[in-house]
Amino acid sequence: MINWQAFRLTIELAVVVSAILFVVGLPLAYWIAFSRWRWKFLVEAVVALPIVLPPTVLGFYVLVALGSHSPLGRWWQSLTGHTLAFTFTGLVIGSILYSLPFAVQPFAASFSSVDRKLLSASALLGASPLRTFFRVVVPLSTPGLITGLALSFAHTMGEFGVVLMVGGNIPGVTRTVSIDIYDQVEAANYASANAMALLLLIFCFLVLTLIYGLNRANALSTLSSREWRRMSPAK
Amino acid sequence: MPTSFDPRQSPLYVKARKSLGSFHLDCEFTAEAGFTILFGASGAGKTTLLNCVAGLTTPDAGRIAVGDRVLFDASQATNIAVAKRNVGYVIQDLALFPHLTVEQNVEYGLTSLSSARRRERAMSILREFRIEQLRDRSPGQISGGERQRVALARALVTEPRTLLLDEPLAALDAPIKAEIIDDLRLWNQAHAIPILYVTHSREEVIALGGRVIVLESGCIIAQGTPHEVLRAPRQETVAQLAGFENIFDAVVESIHEERGSMYCCLNACASGARAPGEKGTQSEGAPVLETPLIHAEVGSKLRIGIRAGDILLATSQPQGLSARNVIAGRVVSLERRDMIICARVDCGVEMEVYLTLAAQDALRLAPGSEVWLVIKTHSCHLMAQ
Repeated sequence: MINWQAFRLTIELAVVVSAILFVVGLPLAYWIAFSRWRWKFLVEAVVALPIVLPPTVLGFYVLVALGSHSPLGRWWQSLTGHTLAFTFTGLVIGSILYSLPFAVQPFAASFSSVDRKLLSASALLGASPLRTFFRVVVPLSTPGLITGLALSFAHTMGEFGVVLMVGGNIPGVTRTVSIDIYDQVEAANYASANAMALLLLIFCFLVLTLIYGLNRANALSTLSSREWRRMSPAK
Repeated sequence: MPTSFDPRQSPLYVKARKSLGSFHLDCEFTAEAGFTILFGASGAGKTTLLNCVAGLTTPDAGRIAVGDRVLFDASQATNIAVAKRNVGYVIQDLALFPHLTVEQNVEYGLTSLSSARRRERAMSILREFRIEQLRDRSPGQISGGERQRVALARALVTEPRTLLLDEPLAALDAPIKAEIIDDLRLWNQAHAIPILYVTHSREEVIALGGRVIVLESGCIIAQGTPHEVLRAPRQETVAQLAGFENIFDAVVESIHEERGSMYCCLNACASGARAPGEKGTQSEGAPVLETPLIHAEVGSKLRIGIRAGDILLATSQPQGLSARNVIAGRVVSLERRDMIICARVDCGVEMEVYLTLAAQDALRLAPGSEVWLVIKTHSCHLMAQ
């Protein structure tokens, strides 16, 4: 009934993608939050594109870019001997692009909301930008970082269009839960489809509950908003 | 810390020009070890000036140096990064790190030391500022005065070569203020670095001593000891800051060089309120005051500042006084402020006069009482209009 292989593959994909997005998203979000480059808005627009674009459009271009006719595809093929399309790696690349805004936007928003005076204070005490980032910006952005991580994980868990376009439907390689459910419905195996759908639903709910619970505990252990306001001397 | 550094020979030199929209900062001064007070109304450019020294704002032109270490020089394109300037700066809202404890805040700037040395240094400065018992608290859990001490300790523990304080005590009560000033002064006896102290409080200027630089719209308009700057103000901003409760527009009526004085008619004459032919020293018209002689001509427009505490009140016309200005008036209102009585007296213009509680009892003053105001010539401070 339950296709554990598809389930494992989906979790694997979501973990890999959200981990990579965390590492790539932090510097990108930092740049978006603090850069004064005049054309920054162009980058912001590109990052936000996957939110509005139909997954098939994104998937189509990723497929073209990964195929053996594109420079990237050719380079990969000469390196490994096979194409990127319809592989797990290809799926990861597609999913990273697809889930990028769900990681970067919460990161950037929480970085921007850190009081700039604290950043000045850190520099005045001799701290390098890197030290300021890890000692001040990151600790004060934890809720935003957790949210970004959770959203990119959940969003990858549930993706369908990009997977179908880029990965196809190869059991154990690219067949994720959502593809499997689609297959079962096509084959009129409603019981199996229901089992898989329910499993995904419960899993996603648990993950999100855990993360929002953590966020709440974190917020309570640091500072309430009232305490925040008390911090600046009344004028 | 480098041992060759002698703070007593490392004054802070600032020459900075900066335009921000319609505001222009343009000043030059040298601050020796000890307190240099930057005094001025809000918007005078005090914070901009500090930001230039700290490196948070880049001047359009000028040179900033501590001793022979150049922090900024527009002509040589030198601009040392904020983190490398070794300038201690306590900004107005302190910017303590809310996620760190008091001790972690204070240790923040001590990256180059081992953790044991860091802890030792932090604890010793926390003791100096009498806040060692707060070391495990977060900044959200301590009082305003305590936060102020933490911010000072955090800036000073790094042994900066110059210290910038932007109205550090503005939000505090007087007794706490005085304590912190004492601790800071004690600290600087040992370290002797230049301290730029921004304030618009006259009490703080007097309490701190040192040298005062008065800023107005980005320019230095006066400098000297607090006594010099506050006693003989020539500009009206200084006057208001220096605590003249009574400021009037006036016109020079006559000049008596042989007596070293002149007569000035207060603002009501300028507006034509005085009936023609009437003499000034009557209650109905605007008064004429004898003032010290300054370089002016008959008809020159001036401003006269008189402190409420420099005016005497009498219930009958006094005789045989050295004071040259005796003006009749009527009490309009009496108001108790803390331990003094503030009387408003109408003598053609309204003047504020301070009395002690005992004086009010002895004179049995009430609104409507006829009184005489006695003002010494040299209590009339003249300013440009």
